[in-house]
Amino acid sequence: MEERVQRLTELANELRVDILAMLVKSQSGHPGGSLSVIDVMTALYFEIAKIKKGDPNWVDRDRVVLSKGHVTPALFSVFAKLEFIEKKELMTFRQLNSRLQGHPDKKCPGVEVATGSLGHGLSMANGMALGLKMDGKPNRVFAILGDGEIQEGQVWEAAMAAAHYKLDNLIAVVDHNRLQIDGWVESVMTVSPVDEKFRAFGWEVLTIDGHDMNQILEAFEYALTIKNRPTVIVAHTVKGKGVSFMENQAKYHGTAPKMDEFKKALEEWNITDFDFSIFE
Amino acid sequence: MKKATRQAYGEALEKLGHKNSNVVVLDADLSGSTKTAIFKKSFPERFFNMGIAEANMVDTAAGFSQVGKIPFASTFSMFGAGRAFEQVRQSMAYQKANVKLVTTHGGISVGEDGGSHQSIEDVAIMRTIPNMTVIVPADATETEKVINAIAEYVGPVYVRCSRMDTEILFDENYHFEIGKGNLLKDGDDVTIIANGLMVEEALKAQQMLSEKKISAAVINMACIKPIDKELIVKYAKKTGAIVTAEEHSYIGGLYGAVSEVVSKEYPVRMDYVAMEDQFGKSGKPEELMRYFNLTAEAIVKKAEALYSSKK
Ligand SMILES: Cc1ncc(C[n+]2csc(CCOP(=O)(O)OP(=O)(O)O)c2C)c(N)n1
Repeated sequence: MEERVQRLTELANELRVDILAMLVKSQSGHPGGSLSVIDVMTALYFEIAKIKKGDPNWVDRDRVVLSKGHVTPALFSVFAKLEFIEKKELMTFRQLNSRLQGHPDKKCPGVEVATGSLGHGLSMANGMALGLKMDGKPNRVFAILGDGEIQEGQVWEAAMAAAHYKLDNLIAVVDHNRLQIDGWVESVMTVSPVDEKFRAFGWEVLTIDGHDMNQILEAFEYALTIKNRPTVIVAHTVKGKGVSFMENQAKYHGTAPKMDEFKKALEEWNITDFDFSIFE
Repeated sequence: MKKATRQAYGEALEKLGHKNSNVVVLDADLSGSTKTAIFKKSFPERFFNMGIAEANMVDTAAGFSQVGKIPFASTFSMFGAGRAFEQVRQSMAYQKANVKLVTTHGGISVGEDGGSHQSIEDVAIMRTIPNMTVIVPADATETEKVINAIAEYVGPVYVRCSRMDTEILFDENYHFEIGKGNLLKDGDDVTIIANGLMVEEALKAQQMLSEKKISAAVINMACIKPIDKELIVKYAKKTGAIVTAEEHSYIGGLYGAVSEVVSKEYPVRMDYVAMEDQFGKSGKPEELMRYFNLTAEAIVKKAEALYSSKK
């Protein structure tokens, strides 16, 4: 295995621990969609996007828009690793006066735009991409969407506009974990075929296994070469990925794990040296 | 001389485009009506037609603001404040994005298009959102001043312009400031607080009242949020009676905003000239203003009644 593939895979798994730890502490938040998207986010934040550790406001950075804003555990675990925030701040998640709000808030360094209400992110990413292009900046804008989220009509307004304005500095990812709150996406409201829909709107479409770090990196790197149209990466994922009893369970969309569940997950991961004093 | 505030908006925007290269303009297939087409003609590379997709337009504008642009987004008031309410809330107001949502065709003076297009709720809707600044200019002169002021101000703003040609009331020396009302006429017996098209009616009403030996003060409250509390309280104390006048539902607009100040700070008798709790309809703009009692005569009636109830 390529060195970076191994490094990023390990890093993503390390962040999975942080995600669950935050949620155990807050007893509120969204594990399922955090665990499904963390491999993609790890590749993006630590390898693909131009982002500088410790400097969230670096003027020459690429922009990442977390349109499926409820997965703040994934986002903040990344931010801690990037030293945008201190790791111990993760334990304040969702508490009164914390910068780590339930959904991304600009109070927290690293948050490019406030999201949480689904369906807004791609439009805002378009605006950023248009503005950067206008200024002749080489930077990219990345937007991460949920597969349930794309039921919002505004996503398709944005998809149309991105293709119309030939936003080749825009790369979207659909975290296609096939679950939303009320159950399977296909039973709530059919979104498939996601790839053909975007293709029909004029996008370059790449379909990958969103837990295969090699495929993730390849897809992003290929997307960076596309000219004259935006690219979407449809990442097939598993909601709750990495924790056997959370995988493919709608229940863990928005239910935080209890301490005994957390300990079970650590066991599954063969982690014996977890420092429980962080919860104090 | 007459000029619609939307026309003044388009012209002011174009001038602003020359002064500030960060200004970008977005429209939703109404650039001829909102007059952003004037900007488009001079700066095609900074104009973005977003199609008939207002929600996407407002969020795209918010995105522009995050990379240092000063976006002005325009459509009809109904669609800007109505269709895109939640986009205004989430992406403009919540994150204090530097977006100017300047809408046209506010109120019933839209005319023949009828009730579906006549926003009588937009000011109320926009005013309840934290961080928002809400402005309804009275004439073309004020509109230009408003556009320049909000371009300087960093933060989310909603402006409502009108379709109809209206009298130019103010000259170049007129001063507009966010958060400040303007005393246009001083008086002792009753205060008329108006905005938008109703300022012209308020000034006429003031004349008519003075013929009846009632001395009315007239305040133009173009900026409804933040509102000029000091001026309201001063005139509540001075005159003891206030009539508001607006081309908007009496619920939650100027009457609501002034009442909120008066009831808490210095309660006095109040009344309103505004749309009752009902939708507009098709008709000629002037005809509709009379039909719905948005006239100087209506203001006079309410002011007289308040004045006599004081005694
Ligand atoms: C406009 C809006 N409607 C409803 C919600 C409530 N909500 C939060 S997450 C969610 C399901 C999202 O499903 P999906 O996009 O598939 O995300 P994932 O499965 O990756 O967590 C819903 C309906 C919301 N946040 N915003």
